Amino acid sequence: MKTQLVHLVQARSGDKGDKANIAIFAPDRATYELLLREVTAERVRAHFEGIATGKVERFEVPNVLALNFVLHGALNGGASRSLRSDALGKSLSSALLRMEIEVP
Amino acid sequence: MKSVRIAAGPGFYGDSWRPVRASIERGNVQYVASDHLAELTLAILQKSRQRDPHTGYTQDLVPMLSDLLPLAAQRGVKFVLNAGGLNPMGAREALLGVLRKLGLNLKVGVVLGDAVLERLDELQAAGASLAHMDTGDDIATVRERLLFASAYLGARPLVEALDAGADIVLTGRVADAALFLAPIVYELGWRWNDWDRLAQGIVVGHLLECSAQSTGGNFGGDWRSIPDMAHIGYPIAEVWENGEAVISKAPGTGGRVSFDTLREQLLYEVHDPAHYLTPDVDVDMTTLRMEEIGPDQVRVTGATGRPAPETFKIVAGYEDGVMGQAIIGYAWPDALAKAQLAAQILTQQMAEVGLKPQETLIEYQGYNSIHGPLADSAHADDLNEVYLRIAVRCADKREAARLGRLVPPLGLSGPPFIGGLGGMMEPRALLGIWPTLAPRGIIEEYVRVSVEEP
Repeated sequence: MKTQLVHLVQARSGDKGDKANIAIFAPDRATYELLLREVTAERVRAHFEGIATGKVERFEVPNVLALNFVLHGALNGGASRSLRSDALGKSLSSALLRMEIEVP
Repeated sequence: MKSVRIAAGPGFYGDSWRPVRASIERGNVQYVASDHLAELTLAILQKSRQRDPHTGYTQDLVPMLSDLLPLAAQRGVKFVLNAGGLNPMGAREALLGVLRKLGLNLKVGVVLGDAVLERLDELQAAGASLAHMDTGDDIATVRERLLFASAYLGARPLVEALDAGADIVLTGRVADAALFLAPIVYELGWRWNDWDRLAQGIVVGHLLECSAQSTGGNFGGDWRSIPDMAHIGYPIAEVWENGEAVISKAPGTGGRVSFDTLREQLLYEVHDPAHYLTPDVDVDMTTLRMEEIGPDQVRVTGATGRPAPETFKIVAGYEDGVMGQAIIGYAWPDALAKAQLAAQILTQQMAEVGLKPQETLIEYQGYNSIHGPLADSAHADDLNEVYLRIAVRCADKREAARLGRLVPPLGLSGPPFIGGLGGMMEPRALLGIWPTLAPRGIIEEYVRVSVEEP
């Protein structure tokens, strides 16, 4: 069965230069394990095609049941030189919540 | 065991200081620390300082401290602020005026040495390439357009100022979390190689530096459940000698402090959580624990640290064109199609009048202006209203302003049923950011601390 991340996790994103980070947080260990398996750096990179131009890194933060993604080239050059409405990338978190993953 | 209680001040230049009053009144805090400097803020301050050399610090300093100091001084609460911006000495002058007016006899400490724009040649001569940290590009490509260059200083000079008796410490650019680490180190007597404790101090600072983002603001979880956001409290930390910390907020304020609100802030603007680099310590956040120990109380323990990096981060800003923009709204039916036609007309007309931007962005507010290509197109044909937003990057202000003048005629000569055709929007200067590194020794050599009485 497929479900959207919005039904599974909470998320927040922030900016640093032209990079954005998006952290997603699982409510429990089982969901965290599911995220580890399903929400890979490669899938996130593909999801943000057209927004982020560079690589995507994934960092595991099991002590707070989180995955932290760093999207390079994600902010049209950076908040202070971007033409976008969401120059700070604050809503990239919710854009990731649109992703569908396979759940057992 | 000795402890110190610190309140978060505003999280950025423009943030409210009203919740800080509650922390001073009812939060039993000894310090308020706050971050006033975004990258764009420094560019604005630089321009303002070029016009008037007495300015260059953030303009919230005087009203904020005029409002908070009478109560804070009564309770012995001290302040650590980076509101000095590009002119901490000017900020001190302004603050001394406030102190005179209020009849307060407080010591003001100033930390100087973060501004390195005038020293770039010297830094390069000393071996710093100043190449862009991420792209490796040569700084020569932007050198002529640089508006400021600031090194992120650590907590040491701030502690020096507190040691010298400062009641208020004013700085320019320092690592945000260092504003909070300084009073912790000063009060608890930690050593500068006490890496694990310093790491705990930085984590506390990081949890507090964005004000209400720790207490239920911008919360990506169940935001509906956050109580009384209109009176949201800012976070307060109590830190003990052994590094243990409890995050809470003042009684009777809105918002929430929980595992969920805090873990979101923990990773905010963090890249590798196992190596959160600051001038004072390399922090590993993956070893820490956060436990709810009561209503709006979360205990934080176990962050670990490694020796501080040998380099300091510098962030420089350079002029990167001027943005012109225009917004015009269209009503149902076919709102999106009408806005799209308007965009097409404007694009054609821009070409015909010889307006050739370096970059053009077209967004449809109400449809895709926030999620861009990820917006859900399922209901695109039946939206109640759509606003076209068109933004251009031009070489100068005059060129950027030309876009706005093409838009009003669309009201009579474009697709039907506009709404929300506001006035023309002022072009805005754009700022490119140049992050780079320099050996810490050559930065620290120029750091100066001065503490004087009014």
